[in-house]
Amino acid sequence: MDKRHQSAEEVLKEIKDGSTIMISGFGEAGVPNTLLSELKDLHPTNLTIVVNSVTRPHSLPHALIEANMVSKVITTSARGRGKGLSKFEEKLRDGEVELECLPQGTFSERIRAGGAGIPAFFTPVGYGTKLGEGKETRNIQGKDCVLEEALKGDFALISANKADRFGNVNFSYTQMNFGPIMATACTTTIVEARLLLEQPLPHNHIQLSSVYVDYLIKSEETNHGP
Amino acid sequence: MGLDKSQIAWRAAQDLKNGSVVNLGLGTPVLVSNFVKSSRDIFFQSENGILGVGPEATQEAANSDLVDAGSRKVTLIPGASIFDSAASFAMIRGGHVDVTILGAFEVSVSGDLANWDSGAADKAPLVGGAMDLAVSAKTTWVLMQHNTKDNKSRLVKRCSLPLTAKNCVERIYTDIAVIDVTGDGFLARELISSVSEEELRNRTNGNIKLANNCCVLKAPNITT
Repeated sequence: MDKRHQSAEEVLKEIKDGSTIMISGFGEAGVPNTLLSELKDLHPTNLTIVVNSVTRPHSLPHALIEANMVSKVITTSARGRGKGLSKFEEKLRDGEVELECLPQGTFSERIRAGGAGIPAFFTPVGYGTKLGEGKETRNIQGKDCVLEEALKGDFALISANKADRFGNVNFSYTQMNFGPIMATACTTTIVEARLLLEQPLPHNHIQLSSVYVDYLIKSEETNHGP
Repeated sequence: MGLDKSQIAWRAAQDLKNGSVVNLGLGTPVLVSNFVKSSRDIFFQSENGILGVGPEATQEAANSDLVDAGSRKVTLIPGASIFDSAASFAMIRGGHVDVTILGAFEVSVSGDLANWDSGAADKAPLVGGAMDLAVSAKTTWVLMQHNTKDNKSRLVKRCSLPLTAKNCVERIYTDIAVIDVTGDGFLARELISSVSEEELRNRTNGNIKLANNCCVLKAPNITT
């Protein structure tokens, strides 16, 4: 078995217009820039992107929105930096893009549930707030809760440190963030890693199991630091 | 003159108990870690997946794979661990974080918190982990300026901005006072010497009393 592929383009061509794409990354760590840069060139449209943050105007998730490829954004952090409006905020104001803003723990648990066969769960987070409006509620063990449904995607794009040819993945520090859960919640998972290995990773270094990974691409990202 | 941001953070740091697990929000709260000596055994949790965040990394030691939830390049302390986002929020929602320290736009007399939506026209929302933290941590503290730039009180009878969570804030550290949210109005535990009880009342929108043992709020000069 060998999931390593030479061409990101060949793999990413499978992403059709209207797909739901989950994108890993928190701050600078774990953003699949090699894959996103290629995806931007391929330019599928009407995408739903599931990504923690679109606050940075120079980041590639934001660039997909600027390039008119995205019709819906599911995120925890939509506000552009600074007082002026980001391109995303302008598109939001003009009704060109739809936004679903979620508390971060609800965002991650909905993805986890999507990959774990749990159709929905109750959480107290968001109850009595604007983000809980319109959601089914129930008092459970004395706590008011809202019902949150699982999130699934067509493609997960993930950045990692090392991967073996079977598709087992190891992350560097906080690169992990949403990667492992997004991989479980999507039909097809594409991982870019700095090192693609012929030999299997030691079992206790594996943070994402091969069963969730479909394609491996060499990341052009380098790790800036010791 | 009231306390500056570093002094507010210093004051809050004095109240952290040894051995506690603490999550720091963006802005003034994150400064709290500057005032906690490593000997104190406090574990800072960052919701992107770290338990045991150390000081901000020097330029030579900075690694772009090792960031905190505020995107600062950080270090790890001995005994630190790293995990994915679902595990991080299981830790948070499961009540394993002792103290969450957050910034705020408004806190109400009943401890309601508004800190994620400033209400600015056309600016998109940014909630991050604030709701999960405010609902789930064992205790929630707020660090903020007592008044807005146009002299409105950030301590209010009822929040006018969208809520983060209800009845969650237990203590507020401002530039002029340390205040407990008691369920029966605000209770000032400490007040800076240049502000009188009357001035404090005038600058606070909502019932506020001085505690019987209310003392003078002081912080050392901090050069950054």
